[in-house]
Amino acid sequence: MMKFLSKFYMFIIFALLYAPIVVLIVFSFNDGGSLSEFTGISLKWYGELFRDEEALTALKNSLILAVCSSVIATGIATFAALGLHHMRNKYVKGAVKSVTNIPMMNPDIVTGVSMMLLFVAVANFIGAKQFFGFGTMLIAHTTFNLPYALLSIMPRFNQLDKSLSEAAQDLGCTPARAFFSVELPEIVPGIVSALMMSFTLSLDDFVISHFVSSPNFQTLPLYVYNQTVHNVKFSMYALCALIVAIILAILLAVNFTGSVNKKKKRNGVA
Amino acid sequence: MKKGSLFQKMAAAPHIVWMVLFIVAPMLFVLYFAFTEDGHFSLSNISTLSQYGNVFVLSIAFALIATVICLLIGYPLAYFMARSKPKTQKLLMVLIMLPMWCNLLIRTYALMALLDNGGLLNSFLESMGLDKLRIVGSDFGVILGMVYDFLPYMVLPIFTSITKLDKRYIEAAHDLGCNNIQTMTKVVLPLTASGIVSGVTMVFVPSISTFYISQKLGAGKIDLIGDTIERLFQNTSTYNVGAVISLVMMILILISVWIMNKFSDDEGGVII
Repeated sequence: MMKFLSKFYMFIIFALLYAPIVVLIVFSFNDGGSLSEFTGISLKWYGELFRDEEALTALKNSLILAVCSSVIATGIATFAALGLHHMRNKYVKGAVKSVTNIPMMNPDIVTGVSMMLLFVAVANFIGAKQFFGFGTMLIAHTTFNLPYALLSIMPRFNQLDKSLSEAAQDLGCTPARAFFSVELPEIVPGIVSALMMSFTLSLDDFVISHFVSSPNFQTLPLYVYNQTVHNVKFSMYALCALIVAIILAILLAVNFTGSVNKKKKRNGVA
Repeated sequence: MKKGSLFQKMAAAPHIVWMVLFIVAPMLFVLYFAFTEDGHFSLSNISTLSQYGNVFVLSIAFALIATVICLLIGYPLAYFMARSKPKTQKLLMVLIMLPMWCNLLIRTYALMALLDNGGLLNSFLESMGLDKLRIVGSDFGVILGMVYDFLPYMVLPIFTSITKLDKRYIEAAHDLGCNNIQTMTKVVLPLTASGIVSGVTMVFVPSISTFYISQKLGAGKIDLIGDTIERLFQNTSTYNVGAVISLVMMILILISVWIMNKFSDDEGGVII
C-alpha cells in the first residue's frame, strides 16, 4: 500500500513538472496560431525559426561566448588551483576562496548589477560610447564561471600527493615543467568537468547577461527574453522544444553510457 | 619541504587579479553608488528605502511561501526517489535534472502558456462549462511559478543526503522502539538537515531575486524586489537607489544563508 502511494505521489509530481514542457513541445508542431486548439501537424514554426536571422546570430553568439568564457575561466582556475595548492598562508588561501565564491552565493541579479555599475563607471571614465557588448559579456561570463571551475579542479589537486611534484623537481624538472608533466595529467578529469560546467552555465545564463549586454550582442536566452517580453511567438515554442530535445538527448547519453558526471549536479546552484 | 617556487607562487596571480577587478571592484561600485548622489557622499538613497518597504515584505513573503511549499512537496519526493530501485533511481535523476538544465525562461514561459487566459487549461475548463481560472496575474500564479521553476533545486540536494544516509540508523531506531514517525523526526530529518539547508537556500535565493517569473506569471501586476531593481537600472538617474536596494537584498540573503548554515552542523552542505 505504502509502495503504491509513494509511486502514485512521484507520478503526480513528475506529471505536473512535465505537463507545461510537453504541452509546449506538442504545440510547437501546431499548424494554427492557437495555444489551445490543435489544428494539425506542421513544421511551419520551425521553418520560421530557421529563417530568423536574429535567432541564428544569437545562437552563434551564445556558442562563441560559451566556448571563450569556459576556456578562459578553466585556464585561470587551473593555475589558481595550482597556486592555492602550494600556498602555505592559510588566511590568504581562505580569503581567495571566499571571494571567489561571492558570485555563487549572490543572487544573479546582484552580480549582474554590480558588474554593470563597474562597466558604466569605466565607460564614463574613458568616454566610450559603445562599451557594452562581447567584451563585457565575456568578462561577466568568465567571472561567474570561475568559482565553478575552481570547485571542479581544486579537489583533484587535494587528492594529489605533494611529494610527486617535489620528486619531479629533485629529478631535475623546473617547477613549471613539473606542473605540466606530472600534475597536469592527473587533474585532467577536473579540467574537463570544469570546461563542461562553465560551458553550460554560460549557455544558460540570462540574468547577468541581461545587465551587461547591448542590443548588438544578443545571446540565445536574451533573444528568448526579448521575443517573449510582450507577446507570444510560436517560433519561440519551436526553439524551446528544440532546446529541450537536445538537453534530453545529452542527459540520457551521459547518464546511461556510464560516465561519471556527478559534478554537474552543482549546476543547480546557478 | 621545498620552498614554493616563483612559478607556483605566481600561478594564482591571474586569478587574484581577475577577482579584484571583477568581483571586488564591482561590489565596491555598488557601495559607492549606494552612498553617493551626483558623486557626493549622501544618505538620501538610504532614506528612499522606506518607499520600498512593502516590496521587500512582499518579496520575502513570496519567497518564503514558495520555499516552504517546495520543501513540503520536495522532501517526500526525494525520499521516495531515494527508496526506489537503483535503475529507477537513475531514470528519476534524469527526470529531475532535465528541467534544471532547461533555461528558466523556457520553463516559466511554458508554464505561462499553459495557464494563460487563452491557454490549454482555461479552454479545457471552458469546454467543460466551468469558470476560467485567472492564475496568470495573481499572487498565486507568481508563487506557483517559483515552486514550479525551483522545485528540482530542492529535491536534488535532499535526495543526495538521503541516499548518503546509513540505513542502519533507521533499523537501529526501530530496534530501539521508535515508530515510523519518531524515526522520521528523530533520525532521518536531523541527519538530512544539510540537504534541507542546501535545498532551502537554492530555492529561496532565486525566488527572492527573480523578475522574469513575476513579469510573466504576474502579468506585470506584481512588483517584487527583482522587478524593482531591474526597472531602476534601466535609467541612469535611478542607479543609486537601485544600488541601495541591491545592497540591502544582498545583506538580507547573506544573513539568512548564514543563519541557515548555523542550523546544519554538516560543513559545506551537500551540493556546494
